[in-house]
Amino acid sequence: MSTAVDEVATETAAVEAVPKRAMTLGAGTSLIVLGLLILAPLMVKSFITFQMTQLLVYALAVLALNILTGGSGQFSLGQSAFYAVGAYTSGILMEQYNVNYALTLPVSGILCFGVGFLFGQPALRLSGVYLALATFALATAMPQLLKLNFLEPWTGGVQGLVVTKPDAPFGLPMSQDMWLYYFTLVISIAIYIGAVNLLRSRSGRAFMAIRDNEIAASAMGIDVALYKTLAFGVSAGITGIAGSLGAIVVQFVAPDSFTITLAIQLFLGMVVGGVGWLPGSIVGAAFIIFVPNIAEGVSKGLSGAVFGVLLFLVIYVVPHGARQIAILGQQTVAKFRKR
Amino acid sequence: MELFTNQILAGISTGAIYACMALAVVMIYQAIDHLNFAQGEMAMFSTFISWQLMQWGLPYWAAFFITIALSFAAGIAIERILFKPLAKAPILTNVAGFIALFSIINSSAGLIWDFTIKQYPTPFGSAPFLGSQLISTHQAGMIGVTFLLLVALYFFFQYTRVGLAMRAAASLPESARLVGINTSWMIALGWGMASAIGAIAGMLIAPVVFLEPNMMGGVLIYGFAAAVLGGLSSPFGAVIGGFLVGIFENLAGTYIPGVGNELKLPIALALIISVLVVKPAGLFGRAIVKRV
Repeated sequence: MSTAVDEVATETAAVEAVPKRAMTLGAGTSLIVLGLLILAPLMVKSFITFQMTQLLVYALAVLALNILTGGSGQFSLGQSAFYAVGAYTSGILMEQYNVNYALTLPVSGILCFGVGFLFGQPALRLSGVYLALATFALATAMPQLLKLNFLEPWTGGVQGLVVTKPDAPFGLPMSQDMWLYYFTLVISIAIYIGAVNLLRSRSGRAFMAIRDNEIAASAMGIDVALYKTLAFGVSAGITGIAGSLGAIVVQFVAPDSFTITLAIQLFLGMVVGGVGWLPGSIVGAAFIIFVPNIAEGVSKGLSGAVFGVLLFLVIYVVPHGARQIAILGQQTVAKFRKR
Repeated sequence: MELFTNQILAGISTGAIYACMALAVVMIYQAIDHLNFAQGEMAMFSTFISWQLMQWGLPYWAAFFITIALSFAAGIAIERILFKPLAKAPILTNVAGFIALFSIINSSAGLIWDFTIKQYPTPFGSAPFLGSQLISTHQAGMIGVTFLLLVALYFFFQYTRVGLAMRAAASLPESARLVGINTSWMIALGWGMASAIGAIAGMLIAPVVFLEPNMMGGVLIYGFAAAVLGGLSSPFGAVIGGFLVGIFENLAGTYIPGVGNELKLPIALALIISVLVVKPAGLFGRAIVKRV
């Protein structure tokens, strides 16, 4: 059934091109958001603080995926695997070797960078659907790899590991939840600023050139293979740090928390937040944390279906996710100012 | 040697499952150039419909063919309503759409038929086939049906006008439109056929893996592995790929120490990645050349 003639692939772009300037927020808006994030835990109950910490953790993971997909145009349905590696690194270091929790973050960041860089090697040969497939398989296989018998002394097997929650240091008068929130916030902001700067740098421009046209990019002298694997590494590294924070916040790691469902959630978070729009990561994270609850409120048995329908609505009504809404808002504000 | 041949036989019989699924995957890939992540769930839902029909007292074969017809129609309906508006959207949006579809079907099936495991009948019986302990008449029947399907598809694509039109629409949509082919409907037809083949696969697999809303999870991954191994552009390759994956899985389980049930999915993963790296077009697929 195959034709002998050479196939000419006129591929549609995997990801729509996003201009560099459209990737971030203006200074004023950033400061308002930052202020809200700092003040929020002072006003709410500790359970909500806990949820907000989780929100930041997911936002980090979505941000990482956004760098990979929105920045360099590569897919990944396998982010849960890197998240798991990060979470387990922290869990094992803290529980088996008594390492301070803050010190485990750079370790898992570097480890995951390595893992991602290596996985980026075979991923180099793949694009679009094939890459989605390979990463999908990685995510599905991960829980089973974690359950392996000979890893059990470290990973705790199916049972997983319980992670102790750290206290606020220097005798600060803060609950553990609140301390963890601020700890996560500081790290998230640092990584966000780093990510914005990365995308504005020479490397970031190289990512975007590859995303928009690989052949043209290589003709301009960009080392396509290097930058593609680098994007994978950076993305995996940030996801690993998110995983570490996630393990510390939830106080528990087990193979079944890192199934393909997590990877799909992160992917959806990116789509909802707007691909290539970094601030959208937090909107996407809010979608994946709160919408399943709303869906469950609508109908208990049909929560999956309600979730799916909501997702279809997002795709049809606002295909560019939260970015589109933000731009709309901006235009309305501008209109009012003119009057 | 006895062990070796037995394992190959067992591999062929599990391979038939993967071959069916891979065939459905390749069908839709041919039509729309996307991998449908909801394919397994669509097949699962079809299987539940046939089970329901049998519960209402229909004989097996009546339920079988009614289900195929229904699935065909449902596949077309899904394309027309949900995915036609996304035809020009980036791949990313399409993948999100597939995931949404997956979630909707899985959850609805769970609500309608709940998550308990159900027995599913087989029309072929489950006696040992030709006195072999490893391969039952059902598995032999499954292999037979898979090959029948493959031959039917071959004749459809090679010798009918519609088949020719579908091939034209898939390989050069622009030119196909110029000679009067309604490419948009060819895509819908592809969805319908993939859905129907998925239904057949589901109904054949159900007696082996039992019927429940999550029955297709692992099978779909192996189906993908098989499709990739055979080459995503070749239905024949998909079937061969399915059998090879089945054999490989069994041999690896027997001869590589430490590979048991728990490592089955990582094996599929390793297989997918190594095939994609060594020979991205698969064994029987055609290589894609990019024009600059």
